[in-house]
Amino acid sequence: MNVLTDNFATFARGFLGTVELTVYASLLALLLGFLMASFRVAPVASFRMFGTVWVTVLRNTPLTLLFFAVLLGLPRFGLVLPFQVFAVIALGCYTSAFICEALRAGINTVPRGQGEAARSLGMSFGQTLGVVVLPQAFRAVIPPIGSTLIALAKNSAIAGAFSVTELLGTYKTLSELGYNIVWTFVWIAVGYLIITLAISALFNLMERKWGIAR
Amino acid sequence: MAVDPLIELRDVNKYFGELHVLRDIGLTVGKGEVVVVIGPSGSGKSTLCRTINRLETIQSGTILLDGRPLPEEGRALARLRAEVGMVFQSFNLFAHKTVLQNVSLAQTKVRRRGRDDADRRSLELLERVGLAAHAGMYPAQLSGGQQQRVAIARALAMEPKALLFDEPTSALDPEMINEVLEVMRQLARDGMTMVVVTHEMGFARSAAHRVVFMADGRVVEDRAPEEFFTAPRSERARDFLSKILKH
Repeated sequence: MNVLTDNFATFARGFLGTVELTVYASLLALLLGFLMASFRVAPVASFRMFGTVWVTVLRNTPLTLLFFAVLLGLPRFGLVLPFQVFAVIALGCYTSAFICEALRAGINTVPRGQGEAARSLGMSFGQTLGVVVLPQAFRAVIPPIGSTLIALAKNSAIAGAFSVTELLGTYKTLSELGYNIVWTFVWIAVGYLIITLAISALFNLMERKWGIAR
Repeated sequence: MAVDPLIELRDVNKYFGELHVLRDIGLTVGKGEVVVVIGPSGSGKSTLCRTINRLETIQSGTILLDGRPLPEEGRALARLRAEVGMVFQSFNLFAHKTVLQNVSLAQTKVRRRGRDDADRRSLELLERVGLAAHAGMYPAQLSGGQQQRVAIARALAMEPKALLFDEPTSALDPEMINEVLEVMRQLARDGMTMVVVTHEMGFARSAAHRVVFMADGRVVEDRAPEEFFTAPRSERARDFLSKILKH
């Protein structure tokens, strides 16, 4: 039971590691997901193709495999970065595929005529998407994006296997010190709950503020 | 009215997959002319209207606007669309913007007018369509007829050379149709070039300079309204008119 109080510093380091991974990878995933969603609805065929390939490849690759590919593959091409950065890249790219599809689903909820009206007024593709379509799509995608980011927070545990400091990895240190593994895992689970419930709360708040009024 | 042509279609063909929806369409609309396009549903009249600002692409033929061919996708096309206003059957007002923002948005984004300048102009236009008092409301709070009048004001805000109307009154309750037609009649009197796809025969009779009758993707008749309604030449038009004018 005193595994938490004795090793608070270890837990805190792991917890912060997971929070950092989640926050940075989320930002990357949102950015890339947004970009890929724009590609997938663009009037230029090659852009659409690129977006489709991006989503298909990343969504259908097991995340662990992707970690291997990024952490072991990229250094072979001369790209050497801290493992934590690699982990953010792997997690961010992987999740961006899901964000992209959630956004695209949201874009599809906006009636076609909205985009047509914007274009008929002379707005560019970027303006149509940015000023007219996405603000309306945004309301519909708050819940699925929340779910995707919660999944990302939990997926970040894989980074622990690649010696990135994060919450799940703390169990190794603690079990070597002889602490009860069950209680260690209970506290780790509580740590994840704090993060995922925080994300839920944030998205609930956003939904109440901007969600579709019915 | 043989004046400068503003919109010219030459041998325009369009397919939706196998379906040949526009067949060798030739049509010229002069500056200040009001052309009403009528015909049975599926005749291609809405598609025709939408090809003029390239919301629908065509497979062959040429479309000229003010003597210049319609550009491909890109900035030039966007510029051209700003010159040709469009009013849709389902209004398509931006649902997340107020009435005033709907009219001002493209002025600031496309015409690069300052916000105050755009809003001032928007209010003038809303005044003109009788809706200045509703400037702060959202589209969902307005009736269909009011929404369509806002949509007309929104199109006018770009100071277009021509306006396209794609069945502007077909989604309206009967009692709201007139308020929209009245705004359109006023525009016609002010000399706006208009292409109007509609089922409102009264409007065609009173406001149009020419009536274009379409069936099965072809322009079957293109004549002055009085001649067309009193003595249609083609069997197809006689059949169509007998069906809609009987009741």
